[in-house]
Amino acid sequence: MISERSSVPPADAAAKYEAVIGIECHVELKTASKMFCGCPNAFGGEPNTQVCPVCLALPGALPVPNAAAIEHMIRAGLAFDCAIPAFSKFDRKNYFYPDMPKDYQISQYDMPLTQGGVVRYWLADGTLRECRLTRIHLEEDTGKSTHAGSGDGRIAGSTYSLVDFNRAGVPLMECVSDPDIRSADEAVAFLDALKRTFVQLGISDVKMEEGSLRCDANVSLRLRGAAEYGTKTEIKNMNSFRSVHRAIQSEIERQTGLLERGERIIQETRGWDEAGGVTHSMRSKEKAHDYRYFPDPDLVPMEIDAATVERVRAALPELPIARYERYVDAYKLSVAQATQLVDNASLAEYFDRAVDSAKSPAGVLNFVLGDLSRLANESGIEVAHSKVTPEALAELVALTDAKTINSKVAKDVLVRLWNDGGSAKAIVQADGLAQVSDPAAVGAFVDAALAANPKSVADFAAGKENALKFLIGQVMKASRGTANPALVETVLRDRMR
Amino acid sequence: MSADDLLFTSGARAIARSVNRRERSAADIAEAVRVALPERDRDLGAYLTLTPDLMRQHARRVDERIAAGETLPLAGVPVAIKDNMCLRGTRTTCGSKMLENWIAPYTATAVGRLLAAGALPIGKTNMDEFAMGSSCENSALRTTRNPYDFDRVPGGSSGGSAAAVGAELATLALGSDTGGSIREPAAFCNVVGFKPTYGRVSRYGLIAFASSLDQIGPFARTVEDAALAYDAIAGYDPLDATSLNAPNEPTADALRTDLRGMRVGIVKEFGTADLGPAIHAAYAQAYADLAALGAELVEVELPTAKYGLATYYLIAPAECSSNLARFDGVRYGLRVDGADVGEMYEKTRAAGFGDEVKRRILIGTYALSSGYYDAYYVKAQKARTAIADDFKRAFARCDLIASPAASTPAFTFNAKSDPVAMYLMDYYTIPVSLAGLPALSVPCGAVVPEDGTRPMPLGLQLAAPLFSERLLLGAAHAYERATQHALKLPRPQIAKAP
Amino acid sequence: MASDRIDVRHVAKLARLALTESEVLRYGSQLAGLLTFVDELRGLDTEHVGATAQVVESRNVTRPDVVGPCLSREDALAGAPQAQNGFFRVPKIIAAAE
Ligand SMILES: [Zn+2]
Repeated sequence: MISERSSVPPADAAAKYEAVIGIECHVELKTASKMFCGCPNAFGGEPNTQVCPVCLALPGALPVPNAAAIEHMIRAGLAFDCAIPAFSKFDRKNYFYPDMPKDYQISQYDMPLTQGGVVRYWLADGTLRECRLTRIHLEEDTGKSTHAGSGDGRIAGSTYSLVDFNRAGVPLMECVSDPDIRSADEAVAFLDALKRTFVQLGISDVKMEEGSLRCDANVSLRLRGAAEYGTKTEIKNMNSFRSVHRAIQSEIERQTGLLERGERIIQETRGWDEAGGVTHSMRSKEKAHDYRYFPDPDLVPMEIDAATVERVRAALPELPIARYERYVDAYKLSVAQATQLVDNASLAEYFDRAVDSAKSPAGVLNFVLGDLSRLANESGIEVAHSKVTPEALAELVALTDAKTINSKVAKDVLVRLWNDGGSAKAIVQADGLAQVSDPAAVGAFVDAALAANPKSVADFAAGKENALKFLIGQVMKASRGTANPALVETVLRDRMR
Repeated sequence: MSADDLLFTSGARAIARSVNRRERSAADIAEAVRVALPERDRDLGAYLTLTPDLMRQHARRVDERIAAGETLPLAGVPVAIKDNMCLRGTRTTCGSKMLENWIAPYTATAVGRLLAAGALPIGKTNMDEFAMGSSCENSALRTTRNPYDFDRVPGGSSGGSAAAVGAELATLALGSDTGGSIREPAAFCNVVGFKPTYGRVSRYGLIAFASSLDQIGPFARTVEDAALAYDAIAGYDPLDATSLNAPNEPTADALRTDLRGMRVGIVKEFGTADLGPAIHAAYAQAYADLAALGAELVEVELPTAKYGLATYYLIAPAECSSNLARFDGVRYGLRVDGADVGEMYEKTRAAGFGDEVKRRILIGTYALSSGYYDAYYVKAQKARTAIADDFKRAFARCDLIASPAASTPAFTFNAKSDPVAMYLMDYYTIPVSLAGLPALSVPCGAVVPEDGTRPMPLGLQLAAPLFSERLLLGAAHAYERATQHALKLPRPQIAKAP
Repeated sequence: MASDRIDVRHVAKLARLALTESEVLRYGSQLAGLLTFVDELRGLDTEHVGATAQVVESRNVTRPDVVGPCLSREDALAGAPQAQNGFFRVPKIIAAAE
């Protein structure tokens, strides 16, 4: 293992080069059962309790593909405008590893379920980007090895390993991108786009902490403006979006440093060391793998006809990128607001329904991202599952926008809706919470407050502006918040002139 | 002849009839078999494992079901199962040291169906290791002898099953056929051996040799019994993606007594003149007998059939190299320890596999490896298409194809030390396998080999178009009924001469 | 000639088979003989012929996404050469094993 701590190159050196990045990621599909057998596709069972003859590769056992996993793949493909070839097949990828039960992986080699395609995504500043996909193919996950005997669970220094096959055979899709990504920020934004799309499609939970998304990156540099690619390295072992960012950034800096010193980049696989914050060479045996792919004779080919593709396409939900663009373009949401909504699909749907009734995106947004989200966080109940229906919220927004109630009252009404449900209008009416803007009625509240607080009146006369605030508070309190605050101030000033 | 002898010589239909009529209980049959079998198999060596307890359990269940009013097609029929099919709780070795002590935790679909039809499992039979061989000599665990001459092999790879049925140590047996592994030993042991269309019988629980070729089929002493067994095991299985999802076509009622209106193809490239005058004459007589039953003999051409062996010895090893990767010492079977996992793999596989298995793993690995894949594996797959197309053309001119089942009668132990010489035994069966066709071997006479003194049986291979099991078994029954070759040989041997 | 055609050591490495020196020689010559034998395929013109992976032309055979029974852990581990705490135990894995 060779570690090179890269010193950060000067800014002008960084500006000289452009990074060229491609991503390969494996995403576990969300299904009830595994890819080729009926064992549950569930995380976290006792070791070797979710296994059967098929996924344990017992002699004589045979795989039969999970129809739902294949349909998930078509959904994923259509979401990214991939071609869905009419003919596809499974191949065997042959290599020995203790957590791979058959010592070959059922995968797809030259005829994957999807080909081409493009992922459209946005950056934090709102810039839209595209990254082409090479392919998405379907395969099966391996089991898990725990390296033991060394104390730290790492492979180096371990004296034996323990293998659990519960994960073996879980359906896995591998997405391979073209090298269209230009920075660590973009890489993470690209992965975010994949993640939110897969979640939206319901085909994966994308829980990186459970290993349901695993990602490798190819990184090379070239002089800005150059057409040819530089020598690339492949980075592995990145187990969070944060580590993807750090690893790619660190690798860009390392390669920049090498090029600036006139050294060559070696094409190799490099592991990301989370603790050390550096990539290190993983070259062990440089001999290229010979996976001996061939069509799996236990399985028959798949033919996806146009009718199937159209049926799946018709059932696709609105995709995150489309929703994002709608929010930003039509509703004029900020990038952050739109992102926050898009990343919470049920909240976004709630938002859309409320906007449909209220016709006031800004008013709805204030509640949805403000008080409603706060209430949801405090209670642990999702907004969409709360007692506040989108229609009730729309009423509340309309009442606020029409200045029938002021914002203070609106907050109170929202809390009551949250606790008890019902209609905002009905609450306002029943409790007489409508804003009082009649100068005579407000004047009565004001006169009472002035009479009760002679000291404040004197203070105000002596030039203490704070006394006015106190008096406004008294009036609001007496009117249970219904008095129009602007009118209260006007009348107060008028009376004390 | 004692009552027990009568049991062993009886056919499956007769046994099932008597048990269904409650003339004899399955429990009595199981007991008779249990008592007699170890002694009867001592010298023959057909079985690797006997399952007397399981047999008794099944007999009890059969008797209960019949008492409850059921009629079972194989009620009380003692059967043998090739040891590459899983049977829950029973040692399943594949004839290999690799699995010498492996207990299967599940049951193969075909085995389960056979037992559900009322059959009683006698035990698991010897075979060439991982079904690779044509003589049973590649078993790492036992020597099985030919019941017609103990100095000769029973054929392979399903040698134990063929010998058990031939020597009357089982009424029926299951075998598996990849390139001839049912038909060749059937010919050697004077029994009927039937390989159905690829996909007719589920492979679930059959330990794979070459997945695109492997097919389970029955051994029996008559075509009628083979049909009965086939009907019990055939049919779609959702656990095998290559099993045919087509309505089952029972064959037992398709048996015929003549071949009128049928055209039988004699393959120009499958001439028998090179096999010696006695064999040549035997097959000439067999073809004449088919004609005498009313068949019209037509010459057909299979110009690519000569490429069958080369094609097969690329495709089958390629698939086997991958199928046998799982025998790695991690989850089951033999392990030979090593300093690390890689060393453990290499030592385990070196110790667990025999010569022929290693050869095929190596050639198959080579054929799939980078730089050779197109020249070997893809080329063989294309040749396979050409061979299958040849059969399609031939079957436009005929209904069945007749040929020898094997190049010679049973040979002596160690006679074929050159691998390629052994491969040539399957010259006639392999092209049929590559095309996935249903085919069987039915006894068609006997010759005394040049190096022997006893008459040794010969088998006639009949092959039919895909899914034509009814036609095939029907015609074979007519031939068998007219010729009765199986009964013309002396009684089989079950013990060494004193 | 035998060893020219096939690098038995390399192939054995891919197949994870330890071979002795004498086996390398023996298999080397046998496999070369077999390759010569299969070379006759070159005589067959397959230019306009598709490849057959499966002789019976089924398509789209799948299973519904339904959970079925698993093996008990006892059954799963019953054949294990070495098991520990419900896991299969193997000797240390070195990176080259991949
Ligand atoms: Zn399973």
